Amino acid sequence: MMRKGAIGGAAVAVITSPARAIEPLMYGIQRLIGIKKMPWVFLGPNLGAVLLFSLLPVFINVFYSMTGSDRLFPVDRPWVGGRNYETLFDCQSFLDPSTCSRDLFWRALWNTMVFVPIQVICMIGISLITAICLNRNIRGRGFFRGVFFFPVMLSPVVVALIWQWILQRNGVLNGILTSMGFDAVNWLVFPNTAFFWTVFITVWAHMGFFTIILLAGLQAIPRDVYEAAKMDSASHWRVFTRITLPLLRPMLLVVFILCVIRSVQTFDEIYVLTGGGPGSATMLLVQYIYETGFAAQPRNFGLAAAASLLLGAALLIFTMLQLYFSRKTNNG
Amino acid sequence: MDDATHNTNNPSMIRALLTGRRGRKGFDLADYLTYGFLLLGLFVMFAPVMWLVLSSFKSPSNLNEFPPTVLPETIESVVVEGYANPLPLFEVQMEDGETVILAQTRRVGLNAQMIDPDNVAAGPITVPVANAAPLRQVHFHIENYVNLLTAQGADLWRYVYNSLFITVVATVITLIMNSMAAFALSKYRFRGSNVALLSILATLMIPATVVLVPTYLIVAQLGLVGNLWGVILPTVATPTGVFLLRQYMLTIPDELIEAARMDHASEWRIFWRIILPLSSPALAVVAIFSILSRWNDFLLPLIVLNRREVFTLQLALNSYQSEFEVRYDLLLAMTTLTALPLALAFIFLQRYITSGIASTGIK
Repeated sequence: MMRKGAIGGAAVAVITSPARAIEPLMYGIQRLIGIKKMPWVFLGPNLGAVLLFSLLPVFINVFYSMTGSDRLFPVDRPWVGGRNYETLFDCQSFLDPSTCSRDLFWRALWNTMVFVPIQVICMIGISLITAICLNRNIRGRGFFRGVFFFPVMLSPVVVALIWQWILQRNGVLNGILTSMGFDAVNWLVFPNTAFFWTVFITVWAHMGFFTIILLAGLQAIPRDVYEAAKMDSASHWRVFTRITLPLLRPMLLVVFILCVIRSVQTFDEIYVLTGGGPGSATMLLVQYIYETGFAAQPRNFGLAAAASLLLGAALLIFTMLQLYFSRKTNNG
Repeated sequence: MDDATHNTNNPSMIRALLTGRRGRKGFDLADYLTYGFLLLGLFVMFAPVMWLVLSSFKSPSNLNEFPPTVLPETIESVVVEGYANPLPLFEVQMEDGETVILAQTRRVGLNAQMIDPDNVAAGPITVPVANAAPLRQVHFHIENYVNLLTAQGADLWRYVYNSLFITVVATVITLIMNSMAAFALSKYRFRGSNVALLSILATLMIPATVVLVPTYLIVAQLGLVGNLWGVILPTVATPTGVFLLRQYMLTIPDELIEAARMDHASEWRIFWRIILPLSSPALAVVAIFSILSRWNDFLLPLIVLNRREVFTLQLALNSYQSEFEVRYDLLLAMTTLTALPLALAFIFLQRYITSGIASTGIK
């Protein structure tokens, strides 16, 4: 039975039997506190989880970033004020990571600042082209939509291992290259090629997601606008720049912000593929936070918290600015 | 069969079938570009995955070959009387230009000792290695999977169980908690409802990595480090789930609830028996997103699940990969197995997933 909602139905069926016991209990609570307070009973579990695991951590994080030592429990941690931030910014020259006391942080920051714009441009560009192709009146549209979305389903570890298998010294890519007379390349050993593949692979894995969103945006553009343009015998390029792009702008903004936020947070694929290497050429900020706070000995939670707050603040400022400017241009 | 022959006799029909566009004839430059791009995309998207799956059926010696073979292949072998092990078969070009098939008994430098398997009595023949090519056949080597599921078996099934447990339990809890909250936020008017909605939606803005350290602290304080519940609890209250379900429940008419209250149904009964069944399409979308992200989750399990016994499939895969001596035969089989459930789910749920993402815009 594959009708609409069958999965939700199945999930409901799985949890039906404990629910029989809950019903009298919930009825008792309702008798006790009255119908007016019942929404809080429904809201309770979710709100509690949100407060405990999302909002509370933000405040704890601020505290963490102002304390030192490798002890986890906040009471055990001595207050150091802004020293964690000072440590991160302790540089003779901000342009040269090797002059910083925490050179890895600055390398990760520079890598992220190079990675994010390149990845976002490639991601949105390719997703947009794909979405436009899929929006045309072609055969097998559903099939192709599935083709491009398929890698989104794969877990980052699987994605990284697939490409590692292809890119290794004796891999199929080098097999093809040598059969064509080129030399085999150690793709993940050289900083530049390793960096290229991290961009390529993250785009490969996630473009389907953005393609689907952009496709939904394209399909929301009324047909008759295009009909009118055809009557005026406008060229393809003109239709694209004068109709498609302007009408798609709100959707492009959503995709752009989402894409940047996700791009800054990239971790899994690169961690498995290169481990941040060679050297620290592909290490991004999230990996720095993970390694400082969890993989390093001793664990430096304070520094990791400070770095993560800087990351969060940068994202927040970026999103605000973007929304502010888009609203301004839309109104003007 | 008839159709096929009919079509091949009419190339124009095939062309019309492959290239035609609904509603209008002709095929312009933009169409060629579109199909070219999509076919290239088909190759780039599918070929890597197909390559992995094909490779997972190769024997260890076949895996080490360079350049790699497209299909899993083995060297054909034959059992010859007087030799304990099966001997590999070679296609040998003799000096008189004739090609014969011989079994290799041993190799000495540039020469190999061969024997004719059909005529053992004729004795060994010495052949230059350069003249002999191994006789290969396509052979899907399922031993990788058998080894993975049996010899390493106890471990693997544990990882599968851990991954399944996290995915199923977290998804069920997510569905119940999110729909309860969505019910409260869509069907009641009460003081503080806006604040509650805002504080749930505000968490959308908080990247998970930013609160990594304190989340670990809270999990540790609850005594859940190295426990599957330590991965489940921090992820169950998804703001997108609440938002999606709330928007859906707003479309359910309030008259239904009022009628049920007239019949003295309790609030929970209204939620459980009326609102929840009616929301099943939205629940399906939330369930898919939850299953996807829990099965594929990596960073939080990496931090919280610090013992091998509680590893998820993803963590086990990662640890296989970083071990000193990589067993590619097992690694590839395990990668394929890890991707398989979602690949199957994808085939059945493709329509839901793509339209679900398009309607919410957020994973």
